[in-house]
Amino acid sequence: MIESSLSQMGAALRAKKISSVELTQLYLDRIAQLNPELNAYITTRPEASLAQARAADARIAAGTAEALTGIPFGQKDIFCAKDWLTTCGSKMLHNFVSPYDAHVISQFNNAGAVNLGKTNMDEFAMGSSNETSHYGIVKNPWDKARVPGGSSGGTASAIAARLCAAATGTDTGGSIRQPAALCGISGLKPTYGVVSRYGMIAFASSLDQAGPMGRNAEDLALMLNTMAGFDERDSTSLQRDKEDYARDLNKPLNGLRIGIPKEFFAEGLGNDVAKAVEAAIAEYKKLGAVIVDISLPNTRLSIPVYYVLAPAEASSNLSRFDGVRYGYRAPEYTDLADMYEKSRAQGFGAEVQRRIMIGTYVLSHGYYDAYYLQAQKIRRLIAQDFVEAYKHCDVIMGPTSPSTAFKLGEKGDDPVQMYLSDIYTIAVNLAGLPGMSIPCGFGDNDMPVGLQIIGNYFDEARMLNVAHQYQLATDWHSRVPGL
Amino acid sequence: MTWEIVIGLEVHTQLSTNTKIFSGASTAFGAEPNTQADAVSLALPGVLPVLNKGAVERAIKFGLATGAHIAPRSVFARKNYFYPDLPKGYQISQFDLPVVGQGSLTIQVEPLSGNAKPYEKTVRITRAHLEEDAGKSVHGESQGVTGVDLNRAGTPLLEIVSEPDMCSAAEAVAYAKALHTLVRWIGICDGNMQEGSFRCDVNVSVRKPGQPLGTRREIKNLNSFKFMQQAIDYEVQWQIDTIENGGKVHQATILFNPETGETRAMRSKEDAHDYRYFPDPDLLPLEISEEWKEQIRATLPELPQAKRERYVASYALTPSDALVLTASREMADFFEGTVKLLLSKGAGTLTSKEYPTAEAYAAKMCANWIMGEVNAQLNRDNLDMSQCPITANQLGGILARITDETISNSGAKEVFRTMWAEGGDADAIIEAKGLKQVSDSGAIEAIVDGVMAANAEKVAEYRSGKDKLFGFFVGAAMKASQGKANPAQLNEVLKKKLAG
Repeated sequence: MIESSLSQMGAALRAKKISSVELTQLYLDRIAQLNPELNAYITTRPEASLAQARAADARIAAGTAEALTGIPFGQKDIFCAKDWLTTCGSKMLHNFVSPYDAHVISQFNNAGAVNLGKTNMDEFAMGSSNETSHYGIVKNPWDKARVPGGSSGGTASAIAARLCAAATGTDTGGSIRQPAALCGISGLKPTYGVVSRYGMIAFASSLDQAGPMGRNAEDLALMLNTMAGFDERDSTSLQRDKEDYARDLNKPLNGLRIGIPKEFFAEGLGNDVAKAVEAAIAEYKKLGAVIVDISLPNTRLSIPVYYVLAPAEASSNLSRFDGVRYGYRAPEYTDLADMYEKSRAQGFGAEVQRRIMIGTYVLSHGYYDAYYLQAQKIRRLIAQDFVEAYKHCDVIMGPTSPSTAFKLGEKGDDPVQMYLSDIYTIAVNLAGLPGMSIPCGFGDNDMPVGLQIIGNYFDEARMLNVAHQYQLATDWHSRVPGL
Repeated sequence: MTWEIVIGLEVHTQLSTNTKIFSGASTAFGAEPNTQADAVSLALPGVLPVLNKGAVERAIKFGLATGAHIAPRSVFARKNYFYPDLPKGYQISQFDLPVVGQGSLTIQVEPLSGNAKPYEKTVRITRAHLEEDAGKSVHGESQGVTGVDLNRAGTPLLEIVSEPDMCSAAEAVAYAKALHTLVRWIGICDGNMQEGSFRCDVNVSVRKPGQPLGTRREIKNLNSFKFMQQAIDYEVQWQIDTIENGGKVHQATILFNPETGETRAMRSKEDAHDYRYFPDPDLLPLEISEEWKEQIRATLPELPQAKRERYVASYALTPSDALVLTASREMADFFEGTVKLLLSKGAGTLTSKEYPTAEAYAAKMCANWIMGEVNAQLNRDNLDMSQCPITANQLGGILARITDETISNSGAKEVFRTMWAEGGDADAIIEAKGLKQVSDSGAIEAIVDGVMAANAEKVAEYRSGKDKLFGFFVGAAMKASQGKANPAQLNEVLKKKLAG
């Protein structure tokens, strides 16, 4: 059952071949067995999950089940979920039990899905290896000496190890796509504004976007149907007609124009990754696609631009964690300023503090124009590159990450090396475009390689079609790590 | 050598929306601490701001009422600083692109001293922008602990910034009062200064004529016009003394202590914050269409300045009277209602050499009564115009009975006092109290005869040249008539009879 697609699982549940309680218990047992080593989940509450499963079974019995009713999902610990400890991977929120549900959580709840637990993540989604979590590193199921990627590393690891049917992620600079690539699963970051950010703990508000992660494109389409939609509680949520993201899954790819940006295949890309990605492109040619050479000249600036803008927003977004109203407060302090300083120094990890300092610096009087404003201008140029490119192609493809999963601790001391692992994904967030990663083979260490598919604005249905057709022709997405 | 005073104001007006500027929590004053703090007010992780349209409408209304440019596109920015009553660690405000641009307010200045005449002045308004209020830190409820009440956090404010156009405490107070009148007039703020709905920061500097602007100090959070005047007077003198004694004024934020009447520095420029303003990525730029603007313009009432001009032009009132009568919309409505009733009920009786028209006669009479009796009673009972127990029609009913000579002025005052306390209509009170004045010449002559007979000695004295006794006879005759004699007629009869 755990290898079934979400639609097969849903059908089996509705046909009462298995109950939601049985299915949920099956995953809870796997979590109990495998999570101690993988550490993909920060919090599980088996009783709460089973109560949801019983409610789902009742709904199935009553004949009011929807597509996802009764299916157990993991939820990234960045989403506030009522009565659930919601830590965002930080000591700062070690005791924060949310009194409310994020929009994404209520969407799953309304669909009758089961919440299996809160998945591990880099602290406040800042990281590309899941090593900055206060709740411990997460291991890659394909090789437990390697990272799962980040920041949605817990989600990626849990899906690869089949510790949930699928799970949610969030992506500010690649945090869905990069761990999906490194763990051999599929993940989609939608167009900015498609999924409400309400209740999703903010890292960099103008870049953050929630999205589905799962074993294949078809599952992602089903999840996105549940997650997407206008929400008046998020002013950046887009008012659009409801759409069925699975509607184009079976369209043939004849004549599809795939743009290949030369900048994505330059220095810094691992040979093994390049080989797998090129093979995938060759497969697309066989499926009838046409290859178009394109250029995204300003993407080389995306890392510096990102590391000005994202920390700037983060430095302000994280100011609310001050020890006053909730969360961590230092046990001892002398006065108000000391309380702030100690609580934040003890509550935040090193990477978060680094980014708060960078962000504070670039917004400071005298530096704002040179850093923040300049970065905003380049951000527009980067977006313009894509507008130009989409005059000549329908989707853009390339590697998701320059390398396969690296060793735990390998890049821990070198933030810039760590930041470079998101070199192909960040421009997509800066432009607000949808992007996804699907498995396309294995590299030198038998570690999975991800193919990145970047779509035009609101072109998620086409991207899912493009991914699904590839997954019909290949089986990389069905490979399971030996655990 | 004289000093020139330069004053500019920043006024925080609390907008009268039912809910907060970025959430649905109530803005009502005086609730138990933190009972109006929802997830957004508490800045829980993951919550987001959603702009209250009512707050924007009020800002637009203010801009239109001051002839200001309404920005078709303005931007919310984050002002970052740490304080326990600022739950997000930043305040959402507007920085370089405010919703209301340059406008102006024409004020009438009533000089505070001596014989100087009232004059008009136009104060330029630099900008007005929307922002959220902070919560409150509550000190001393229990020892060593500071509490935080977030009920006020997120209450919508319109911060109105003037140019440094005022050059005396009188002008600053006149501007603040005019602004206070205006925001209540157009219904965007309740103006309750005790509850902090209208808070003034005053920037003061001094210079020698012709010199560049001096260094300013900012007096924070003045919540009464009286304190404002005291604080400015004290601060101006302090700055002049400091400079004349060879010292320098340093830029600073200062507080006024009403108990000592002194100002005191709170923080200097050196510890000024770097607020690290940047556009709030959670909110889209605020876009205001021409259509929306025009819809709101159509709801604007006649404004105080226009009314003042009309009162002077068509009622021949003095500018000072016009200012008092336009202190609030309720006051102006009451005045206009009274005039209207008097003009219709007292038609034909409103002729006098003193006034060019019946309108002017009625207006002056109503103005005197409202500024005199009505205001005095309101003050005595600690009420404002909106709580006035009698209506314009009731008052007009009294005044019409003065002009048609049914009652005397003193009789009218008695009717007014009764009406204030017990309600009722003027004619009924006159009837019940028997206040109808005696205008029958035979009756008055009889009263006068009686008084003269009882005071024969005084009559003789009067006739021998003691003119001052006339007043005694008036008083005695009026008393004998139980106050009901028509005073003019009584005078006439007395004069004639005493003359012999």
